[in-house]
Amino acid sequence: MKPKTLHTLSRWLGLFSMLLAIPLWTLIVHISGLPKFILPAPVDVWTRFLKAWVDGSLLYHTGVTLLEIVLGLFVGVSFATIAGYALAKSRTLESILSPYLVASQAIPVVAIAPLLVIWLGGGIASKVVICALIVFFPVLVNTIVGVRAVSASHYDLMNSLHATRWQIIWKLELPASLPVLLGGLRIGATLSVIGAIVGELVDAEQGLGFLLQLGDFQYDTSMVFVAVFMLVFLALGLYGVVTLLERRFLKWQQ
Amino acid sequence: MNLKPILSIQDLSVTYPDNNGGLHALEKLSFEVHPREFVCFLGPSGSGKTTFLRVLAGILAPTSGSVSFTPHHKPRVGMVFQQANLMPWRTVMENIMLPLELNGQVDSKAQNKAQEMIHLVGLDGFEDSLPRDLSGGMAQRVAIARALIHDPDLLLLDEPFASLDALTRERMWTELSRIWQAKQKTVIMVTHSINESLFLADRVMVLTQRPGKIKMDVEVDLPRPRTDDMRYTSHFGKLAKKLRSAIE
Repeated sequence: MKPKTLHTLSRWLGLFSMLLAIPLWTLIVHISGLPKFILPAPVDVWTRFLKAWVDGSLLYHTGVTLLEIVLGLFVGVSFATIAGYALAKSRTLESILSPYLVASQAIPVVAIAPLLVIWLGGGIASKVVICALIVFFPVLVNTIVGVRAVSASHYDLMNSLHATRWQIIWKLELPASLPVLLGGLRIGATLSVIGAIVGELVDAEQGLGFLLQLGDFQYDTSMVFVAVFMLVFLALGLYGVVTLLERRFLKWQQ
Repeated sequence: MNLKPILSIQDLSVTYPDNNGGLHALEKLSFEVHPREFVCFLGPSGSGKTTFLRVLAGILAPTSGSVSFTPHHKPRVGMVFQQANLMPWRTVMENIMLPLELNGQVDSKAQNKAQEMIHLVGLDGFEDSLPRDLSGGMAQRVAIARALIHDPDLLLLDEPFASLDALTRERMWTELSRIWQAKQKTVIMVTHSINESLFLADRVMVLTQRPGKIKMDVEVDLPRPRTDDMRYTSHFGKLAKKLRSAIE
């Protein structure tokens, strides 16, 4: 069998196993006879989804969470790449800052999320900051690793051609470290979903985390499932965007 | 050659800082190079050959002594490294255009120039190939084209064929010889191969072990264009023997 056909086949198998989960789930609900507020059947979740979709509330709350994630990613990635670049270039700076960076990683974001909500309020800002914080570290580390791995002889080449500081950044350091940078973004994108939800669970009037909690309070378990699935789709979507970026910019590596 | 020298080096020394008084890589090197001359520095590993090229390329500042160029103070250099040192994310064409791009030239004139260079090094049809798809010899041809495209005052070669197999290496000597005659560049090359230096250079200088000093300066009076057969003549043998005896 040709590798290409094998590839499509494995893709179909993946889809098939996912579809298989639905009858299996229905079966479990029927056999166990659990009430709807403990384990809703796929049909209930689907009906709840349609209802929330039609009244527009689902789209709104998903939009809010997506906005928090995208802004958080943007802020976190921007700060992390700039800081990572500075740290990669200066050992002194690294010695000064690394104790703080390591210590900051010892604190789970879940623990400081309430603090951030107290300081920044229950609106979008606190979630964006939580997202940014959770994304910061992996992107920072990957930036440092990526920039440090740029080969010395490539620097020699650029210097022998009298390249400017900016030319070295744009034409050498960025493309050379892009594989590692995008690897960091891949981790960051998935983490940012967690960040937004953690923030929303602490205190929020909107977003999927709010919907999740609302469903929980009202014994609307189907709603909880809908929110969880939306989160999964958001995470998959972000992951897909990073994969597209890799396909577009790392053609030379495949 | 009775032209004025293009490059003159006076008492050039390079010392790398270390824990016991510094590592002397080069000590009081003095010599002159004339326009369009092909000069080869021959020396064992650890004779500071690469350090020397880095100084000429302006990547490394000398500890003492002076390097002066006649046409202008900061010469344009083209450098070929031990490994082809291509950027793996750029195609052959884009790699070759890099020096022009850094000068802000990205127009169709630059494209034509790159095409011309690709033709010169015999890589027609490989414009859009990526470095990973090239053999060692082809990659090094790209590196040579890249080093020449911006019409440098000085071409610096740092053991450019050291990583190639013997047959490819010898083919590249002929190629380089041809390109040099077509382009009329001043070339400074470092190598540890006696054959390579005699086949290519007008003048060979032998460097000593660290700290590198010039031990011998030999005119290579073999006629050009040089052929493979020339390497088996008695005169070539005599020169090779002379150089061999100078290398520790």
